[in-house]
Amino acid sequence: MDIIISNILSPQFIYTILRVSTPLVFAAMAALVVRKSGIMCIAFEAMMLFAALGGVVGSAYTQNLFVGIVAGILSSVLIAVIFAYFVLVLKSNPVLTGLALNILGSGGTVFALFVLTGNKGTSSSLRSLRFPVVNIPIIEDIPVIGQIFSGHNSLTYVSLFTVLAVYILIYKTTLGLRIRSVGENPHAAESVGIKVVRTKVIALMIGGIIASFGGMYMSMGYLPFFTRDMVSGRGFIGIAAQNLGGGVPIYTLIAALFFGSADAISNVFQTLRIPAEFMQMLPYVVTIIGLMFVGSSNKDSKEKTKKIKEIKGETT
Amino acid sequence: MNVDEKINEYILVMEGITKIYDNGFVANKNIDLRVKKGEIHALIGENGAGKSTLMKVLFGQEQPEEGQIIYKGEPVSITNPLKALELGIGMVHQHFMLVPSLTVAENMVLGIEPKKRGLFDFDQAVKLTKEISHKYKLPIDPLAKVMDLPVGFKQRVEILKILLRGVDVLILDEPTAVLTPQETEELFVQLRELKKNGFTIIFISHKLNEIMALCDRVTILRDGRVTGIDDVENLNEKQISRMMVGRDVMLTIDKTAAKPKEKILEVKNLHYVDQYGKHVVKNVSFSVRKGEILGVAGVEGNGQREISNLISGLEGFQLGEILYKGNSVVNKSIRNLREQNISHISEDRMTFGTVSDATIEENLVSDRFYKKEFNKYWLFNNNYIKKHVNDLIKQYNVKCDSKDALIKTLSGGNMQKVVVAREFSLKPELVIANQPTRGIDVGSSEFIRNKLVDLRDDGAAVLLISADLTEIIEVSDSIAVMCEGQIVAYLNNQVHVSEEELGEYMLGLKVQTPQEIEKVMHYEES
Repeated sequence: MDIIISNILSPQFIYTILRVSTPLVFAAMAALVVRKSGIMCIAFEAMMLFAALGGVVGSAYTQNLFVGIVAGILSSVLIAVIFAYFVLVLKSNPVLTGLALNILGSGGTVFALFVLTGNKGTSSSLRSLRFPVVNIPIIEDIPVIGQIFSGHNSLTYVSLFTVLAVYILIYKTTLGLRIRSVGENPHAAESVGIKVVRTKVIALMIGGIIASFGGMYMSMGYLPFFTRDMVSGRGFIGIAAQNLGGGVPIYTLIAALFFGSADAISNVFQTLRIPAEFMQMLPYVVTIIGLMFVGSSNKDSKEKTKKIKEIKGETT
Repeated sequence: MNVDEKINEYILVMEGITKIYDNGFVANKNIDLRVKKGEIHALIGENGAGKSTLMKVLFGQEQPEEGQIIYKGEPVSITNPLKALELGIGMVHQHFMLVPSLTVAENMVLGIEPKKRGLFDFDQAVKLTKEISHKYKLPIDPLAKVMDLPVGFKQRVEILKILLRGVDVLILDEPTAVLTPQETEELFVQLRELKKNGFTIIFISHKLNEIMALCDRVTILRDGRVTGIDDVENLNEKQISRMMVGRDVMLTIDKTAAKPKEKILEVKNLHYVDQYGKHVVKNVSFSVRKGEILGVAGVEGNGQREISNLISGLEGFQLGEILYKGNSVVNKSIRNLREQNISHISEDRMTFGTVSDATIEENLVSDRFYKKEFNKYWLFNNNYIKKHVNDLIKQYNVKCDSKDALIKTLSGGNMQKVVVAREFSLKPELVIANQPTRGIDVGSSEFIRNKLVDLRDDGAAVLLISADLTEIIEVSDSIAVMCEGQIVAYLNNQVHVSEEELGEYMLGLKVQTPQEIEKVMHYEES
């Protein structure tokens, strides 16, 4: 037990939280942008899986990280385009479409992997590239802080900048204003000449690009290769974080880090003789509890209960 | 006056407009509308008379089968709302085209956003809003969020929004439907001011008194045709109403004095707090007796809806007592309350009153399908249901192709008649009628009001909640006035009270003391 506590209190643990939260932050930010435009999209799993494989393949065949990134982004955006076409043009049910794409993502990546490498499990035979690790000068030498914040994969820092970028996009740009208006009252937006479908498509593409980095982080950072279904629900946890954060970028970041800590704790506990599967369940249990919290807070607000108490106090 | 001048006099001419919908419904038949520059032109007609369709054609939302539009002397083709805006025709819709969580300034510039260094220039948006609001004397707080604004101000944002886009012609689609009498008066002042500034206004309404008070000329529609066009000063309310409905509408309901019996509904010290911690209903007490109609007057959003929902079981109960026949209704299921003969006309017929994707038949039996007579063994007794439904359709005069028509294809008035047919046919002892005639045509309104009086005469208790003062005064035997969640006045309506008096109470300009309220209520009970 002592080992666990000392583990959790160590800077290493917080470092781990940031490390495991990175894909969640990307997924959550993607979900946020798309949600703001009023689209119910759950296809982030597929986007991230496609990007994870696309990045690996692109970088392995060209030995150029930049080409890998472009391939990863395009793979993810491909899913976003398919989703947009079906949901916005053909008006299919968004949840069913998302579900179908996620299954396509899972099967399609394994199929592509098998065609390219002859292996259905991992891409370890491909010599794919990784995103570099960044040691921040000066900060890396500060004890504790250096251990926590320095030495991360470059995408971890990118994910934090993405939060800022998404904030600016949503609240400070014309496009953000239009995305919000389209999401909240499409008729109002349409009546002043905003192209509703086009705006939603743009939001989806931005979401696809952000999600692609979450996917590429999995196969070119977190692990050095692609494995089947390696996103394993992180796209969904991102959606959950977006909900928990109420669609506000900074709260969504906090929610993503919160889910990330559950992930990190499960890593620590695995050193005990508790079955690994049980601990791997932890992040998802926390997600469900988190959503219950959101759900119940929708039922009776604090203000309401407080005010009722006040009135009761006056009348009795 | 020579011919040229005569043409120039009209800023907008719609000629021979015919619009046939895909389902074969002819909404407009050869309609002519001529609007003079700088006038306030009323477009009046019952629900389903074709006003909305005509305006949709003008605003580019529908394409007519025949006819042409001439704007400023040039024939134009308006293919979409943006084209209309570009030409200088703007519309204030009945359902506001605003984004609630955005500020007034952001809503104002949506679609034509000012930019600075690539980013949205919020300060400039605020400045533009202030300028235009100052120019046309329509004060507004640019920084307020639209969702926090009262309805009258939301409407003002809508008007400012189209003014900002530089229109010459403003179409207002039933703008007063959501306003209080005072807000309406204010709107009229604003519209007259805009007229002075040279704007042309098309004012859609079915309230005769408003048209008399505000408009210069009027075009009257009935069944998709023009039945009259003239200067308002040449007409009186009776003439207009005859052209609208083709007969004289009784402007007063024929009813005898109430013969109230025992109390059936008692509400004691009722409170309600909403999701945001707002104290919406504050210590409200009243009672309704069999054989009387208690009107609850008040501007919408002053706690009436919550009271109606609490009594009918739609809203979770909090504090106070509601007794029906001496028993508490708290935690009773809605079916249980209905089986005790409480009927409820919801203010929102699209969400609570009907299922819009279901047929008339399904809606009419939606509260009674489980009863014995509607079933035969374990299946529906379709013959019985068919007969029952067709009887109701006939009895309540629902205009439809058949009982299998979808509710959403009906006009507002007919939709409400379906609601009323269902609610009144369960032989209610207590009727909660919340805004029963809102937004529906004169004929249907009259029908529903008379039904309410009939039910009263048959011994039912009626709680009539309405923002329509004429309705409250004509139908009620006594009137409770609500303002900010409280009953601020309780009036005996044996001799009609005046709209002005009610209006003053509704807006909190006048308040009765608890003693005064008690006095009237005691008188009622004696």
